[in-house]
Amino acid sequence: MNTQMPIKQTFTEESLKKQFRLSEFLAEKIISSVAFLSIAIIFLIFIFVFKESLPLFSFGSDAKAKTEINATTEAKPETYGAEPTEELKPESYGAEPTEELKPESYGDTPKEDLKPETYGSEPVSQEDLKPEAYGDTPKEDLTVASADETMDAVSENQEGADKTWSTFFTTEWVPVSENPRFGLLALLFGTLKVTIIAMLIAGPLAVLAALYTSCFASKRVKEIIKPIIEMLAAFPSVVIGFFALMVLATFFQDVFGYESRLNAFIGGVAMALAAIPIIYTISEDALAAVPKTYTEASLALGASKWQTAFFVVLPAATPGIFAALLLGVGRVFGETMIALMATGNAALSSLNPFESVRTFAATIGSEMAETVFGDTHYSVLFFIGSLLFIFSFALNAVAEFYVKGKLLKKFQGK
Amino acid sequence: MNKVINESEDHFFSSKKSISDIKGTFFVGITQLAVILIIAILFVILGIIIYQGRSKFSWEFISSFPTNGMTEGGIFPALIGTFILVIVMSIAAVPFGTITALYLTEYASENSKFAAAVRFSVRTLAVVPSIIFGLFGLGFFIQFLGAGADTAFNGGELRWGQPNILWASLTMSLLTLPVIIVSVEEALKTIPRELREASLALGATKWQTIKNVVLPGSVSGIMTGTILAVSRGAGEVAPILFTGAAYYLATLPGSLSDQFMNLGYHIYIMSTQSSDVEKTMPIQFATTLVLLILTLSLNVVAVLIRSRIRRNAK
Amino acid sequence: MKDIKIKVNDLSLYYGEKKALNEITMDIPANKVTALIGPSGCGKSTFLRCINRMNDLMPSVSITGKMLVEGVDIYDRNVDVVNIRKKIGMVFQKSNPFPKSIYENVAYGPRINGIKDKTQLDEIVETSLRQAAIWDELKDRLDDSALGLSGGQQQRLCIGRTLAVSPDIILMDEPASALDPISTSKIEELIHQLKEQYTIIIVTHNMQQAARTSDHTAFFYMGELIEMGKTNSIFTKPVQKQTEDYITGRFG
Repeated sequence: MNTQMPIKQTFTEESLKKQFRLSEFLAEKIISSVAFLSIAIIFLIFIFVFKESLPLFSFGSDAKAKTEINATTEAKPETYGAEPTEELKPESYGAEPTEELKPESYGDTPKEDLKPETYGSEPVSQEDLKPEAYGDTPKEDLTVASADETMDAVSENQEGADKTWSTFFTTEWVPVSENPRFGLLALLFGTLKVTIIAMLIAGPLAVLAALYTSCFASKRVKEIIKPIIEMLAAFPSVVIGFFALMVLATFFQDVFGYESRLNAFIGGVAMALAAIPIIYTISEDALAAVPKTYTEASLALGASKWQTAFFVVLPAATPGIFAALLLGVGRVFGETMIALMATGNAALSSLNPFESVRTFAATIGSEMAETVFGDTHYSVLFFIGSLLFIFSFALNAVAEFYVKGKLLKKFQGK
Repeated sequence: MNKVINESEDHFFSSKKSISDIKGTFFVGITQLAVILIIAILFVILGIIIYQGRSKFSWEFISSFPTNGMTEGGIFPALIGTFILVIVMSIAAVPFGTITALYLTEYASENSKFAAAVRFSVRTLAVVPSIIFGLFGLGFFIQFLGAGADTAFNGGELRWGQPNILWASLTMSLLTLPVIIVSVEEALKTIPRELREASLALGATKWQTIKNVVLPGSVSGIMTGTILAVSRGAGEVAPILFTGAAYYLATLPGSLSDQFMNLGYHIYIMSTQSSDVEKTMPIQFATTLVLLILTLSLNVVAVLIRSRIRRNAK
Repeated sequence: MKDIKIKVNDLSLYYGEKKALNEITMDIPANKVTALIGPSGCGKSTFLRCINRMNDLMPSVSITGKMLVEGVDIYDRNVDVVNIRKKIGMVFQKSNPFPKSIYENVAYGPRINGIKDKTQLDEIVETSLRQAAIWDELKDRLDDSALGLSGGQQQRLCIGRTLAVSPDIILMDEPASALDPISTSKIEELIHQLKEQYTIIIVTHNMQQAARTSDHTAFFYMGELIEMGKTNSIFTKPVQKQTEDYITGRFG
């Protein structure tokens, strides 16, 4: 059959039989499993951050038993100050806070560093104290415990370890104290305050700049301003934080004349600088992705360039801009270094933008190094970390799925 | 689509033409102002840091140790620590990121759920706050891997179960992974389909094609990714706060299990916890200047390489 | 047509739901040049890419029917696609040399087949380039980048690169469509020489080219094979009305 080509006896079943190529097989398997790792990392991050906060969720008998032992040994109030407890399990310390949330209502086991003399002489309420004092000088937080209240507390001790939980919903963040209080609301309030300020500045600025870049700027101007604004993303947050701390804080204090040099406003301005490149880049992409037919249709109807930009292009790109803003929020919400350096780090809950605040991320950043492994404080910080992770994960998921769906609907009429 | 146009129709055909012109100038002016403001802020930051940092900025500052309780002297160990950090980080992140990008562009089929999950994970990694990576480094690398290794191999003696440069670098590599993946993916996509087909038509297998044609063609993309990742890693502080950065060390790190000093961390502690913030101000600004020069110049290089790749692809 | 190289039986190809090739049945003779002609989008290139299973690379493509190359169904589950492509080479519409040296371009195929010996590689490179009628032009600049060659030279280099794997069948997808007339005539001449050793299937939109180079011609229209026969008879007295319309230039 194949006389003209004696060299090649080629097309036989045998020579074409499916071959197993080891290198091929290995390459594919290795590459896929490495790719799988990035999925695994997301899970691992959540698991390991959440895992360290697990002790908070152990309402089990273990913690209870310890609490009871403590409760019995502490039955006599007189022994309080004198008894040094080796045991550092914070779960066993506090009790259920009473409704008024007044510090003095907590019955506590004093730690070693407690000075018994200060016990009775401290002012009853610390509510008015400068919050800065809370974290730094825990001793001042000791409060008078009257005999019956102490008894109350002791009995409440037996109710279990969930007291840490109930302090979560207060506005007092006093993690290092005889009766640590982990008022996440204060931190949430601080984080929200900074986020709102930052977004109020960064959102309009970045979106308007993106609108200019994509609709009004000439091609040459665009090629200059886009890389410059995106260069802002290359500024490390510690640099922005440093700039805010050293320059902005003084400048704005001179302008507005407020009291605390570092405050939510300064933090917000600095974080806006960090969020601008993100919002700008994604918004610009969204605006550029608006189909040309939209613009042309509008221009053909006699609309001017700016009318087209504001009334056609901008509305059409809304989902993308929304995603940009969401990711901007994500960035600000979890920003650590700027918060650490520029917000003053006092867990105040005041509506005044020129008061210091303390954000979630900054709390983790500043306090983690000082906690003891396995301590409640340690667990609470990891718990905050889990919250931040879930929040950023959710933001990204919304930005991804919701917005993508909207865009598809809008542009393809699906 | 129709709805949008109809809405605008009402508006466009209104008779207030001249008013609309004024409004137009105003609105365009506002957007222009936003651009100018952002760029102005950027240059003000740069200008002030250069102005304040220039007096201290010198070769001696870069090449000497801090002295006198960190109130005098240079930043040499912080610079070296940062270098080691980004090198170890790159060694971990670049192969990992490149392979993931290879999977996404070469192996994943279009409708693969798995590939979609990988993409989603990568984007999630990019938006997870950096402090979370720090927590993860502490919880996973130090407490789990490190302490686990100590118990298993060192008889419980503490060596790896504490913050060190290896754990900090690995933590940082997770943070910079998306940067690399995105850059490499972009570069892989610029390799023309014709080249892949040429190789396959010659009887090359998929892996042979990747190894001989695709990867050599995306070297510059991998480089861009690495440079961007290094720029990012050099500037991030939050992930290393409790995974290895040290306040002050009299010697350079000698092994991966040592702690290290870091430029960004140095700026942070000098400006917030220094014994004499006023006195060390020039040092702080100069350190910031060094860090900024480092990250910005790396970024410029990466942008230049990237625009060259894009031009070549056209 | 005694020596039948490829026997196609009821081959259909779908892009997702869309049917791009409809029950193609044809015989392709060995050591001849077969031209596939037809208006663009008629499926001729798609059909060509079926012969060395290049369409496997596209997602959502499904194929039914049989493609027998010397009696072996290349779409059989047990057939190795990589080996198929070693035996059925392909030259593309756009010349696509690797961004490597001329030598490396030609040596690429032998290398991936495991030939490492330098003298053997040298020999293969020389024979292949001689066969591609480009050796004399390139022998002094083998280490230069292939991207520095002219379009026609690049295309002949690509043919030489294909020959280096010593295939049995060569598929050419409009190999001269992007070239100037002189380069085109060189390629056509080359095709003429190569058919002594190889079975060649060429897709072209240029009817003169088909008439000049091929022994047999198949006319495709709307994913169907309308007519196939000796080039002479197709061009002089086509049986089908559609073929005649196309050849006389009434459409396409």
